[in-house]
Amino acid sequence: MANQGTPNHGTPNHGTIERSLPLLSLLSLLVIAIGGLVEIVPLFRIESTVEKVAGIRPYSPLEQMGRNIYTREGCYTCHSQMIRPFRDEVDRYGHYSIAAESMYDHPFLWGSKRTGPDLARVGLKYSNAWHLAHMEDPRSVVPVSIMPAYRQLKDRDIDLDSLPAHLTALRKVGVPYTDTQIKQAIADAKAQASGVDTEGLLARYPKARLGDFDGQPDRVTEMDAIIAYLQVLGTLVDFRDARLEKGAAK
Amino acid sequence: MAQRERDPVTGRLTTGHEWDGIKELATPIPGWWITVFLISIAVALLYLWLYPSFATTKSLEPGVLGWSSRQELRDEQAMAAAAQGPLRNRLVATPLEEAGADETLRRFAQAGGRALFNENCAACHGVGGGGQQGQFPALLDDDWLWGGKQADIIQTIRHGIRNEDADSRQSAMPAFADTLSKDQIAQVTDYVLTLSDASKADSRTSLPGAAIFKENCAACHGDAGEGGRDMGGPRLNDAIWLYGGSRDAIMRQINNPRMGVMPSFATRLDEASLRMLTLYVHGLGGGE
Repeated sequence: MANQGTPNHGTPNHGTIERSLPLLSLLSLLVIAIGGLVEIVPLFRIESTVEKVAGIRPYSPLEQMGRNIYTREGCYTCHSQMIRPFRDEVDRYGHYSIAAESMYDHPFLWGSKRTGPDLARVGLKYSNAWHLAHMEDPRSVVPVSIMPAYRQLKDRDIDLDSLPAHLTALRKVGVPYTDTQIKQAIADAKAQASGVDTEGLLARYPKARLGDFDGQPDRVTEMDAIIAYLQVLGTLVDFRDARLEKGAAK
Repeated sequence: MAQRERDPVTGRLTTGHEWDGIKELATPIPGWWITVFLISIAVALLYLWLYPSFATTKSLEPGVLGWSSRQELRDEQAMAAAAQGPLRNRLVATPLEEAGADETLRRFAQAGGRALFNENCAACHGVGGGGQQGQFPALLDDDWLWGGKQADIIQTIRHGIRNEDADSRQSAMPAFADTLSKDQIAQVTDYVLTLSDASKADSRTSLPGAAIFKENCAACHGDAGEGGRDMGGPRLNDAIWLYGGSRDAIMRQINNPRMGVMPSFATRLDEASLRMLTLYVHGLGGGE
């Protein structure tokens, strides 16, 4: 080999840097910091990182509980919530996901694997009764499904008293829940899971899906919560709005 | 700089480093590897210049090619639309009955309709439209709740049933547990059970449930239980029972009825897709 035997001593200062731990640390930090700043700073400065669209709102208390159950049960390990801008995905699932749609997600549940279908726009695709039947026994409605049954959710009541604390915690990380929304959290969850006295709920959370999701009108169960959450997914933005397409084209 | 020294055994240069009398041979990275490394850096810089890859504090740089994944999607969609455009446009422009009779359009709609059905409808109505016993109606028989003509079917698909769409099909069966006594419900159940039995056509009129049925049920389900499609009232004088045909199941339904809900697909599917689905469902076997 031609190069064999050529000693490689590097630059004259190389040895100096290598032999001084403080200097090496300082210069390493400097180099990594430059890389980090170039990547991160623009995201905080550019207005258009998250496109503003009409209709996005924080999750209602019941939807937020459903989200927590979705996270707890690991639904995201088999279902993504991210429609990529590819024709096959858009044809099947609908408009590609945009950043604003998960701006109130803490944490986001985009997922990275699809054993089951993408759920970013599953809201209002099926009836509440279908979701209930599917959760209780997936094979009863989709014979080839390999999804586990989650019928136990019907027997577990939501801890309603914890709702204001959940909303308060989310407010601390930037979700703009108002004092009224936090104060009314328990009433709102009850209203959404029964479909009764929903005026305040719908004013605070437009397009919230109402109903006695689990067939137990006097209880607010985890089944109510997960179906309320699934039924709102991807339905908040009206993608027929032409202005959005124009904005999204940037 | 350390003195260059040649190892007497191998004849190769050493690095000049020495540990406890042991000296390290200089084994630098091969020249071809360095070359590939430098080329890959050059290619990375080229990408940086051509494609959107970095941002200033003001804006995302689009790159000189102006490529974006969204534009690529739009181009692909435009290509697909151009390929299917003539047929899709014809499908939208042709009245449904005529489209069903047009062999080209019918086959186009059948192929597209099957894909759309499997993605959007099969979860409830089953692959092939067989429905789910006790849950969701079959679409391949001639038992239609809201009508089996093409115009009826597209209306149902477009706006759905009992949902938030203002144009969705609406009706509600009262919970008769609130207004009828237990005995009356038992009587009317027995009467309903005879409706599908032709041999009891004469004897059933004398049943105590006959009057209760006439007063409470006939408005939607018809005098003879033939059903009423304006209200989505199911036929009761056939052998098809969506929520079960046993005495218990019928009694449960009268006490506290279950009513089907179907989403509106107006926002999810475009006009051509809605028409494809309509022709597909109409052609499943029960179309009128």
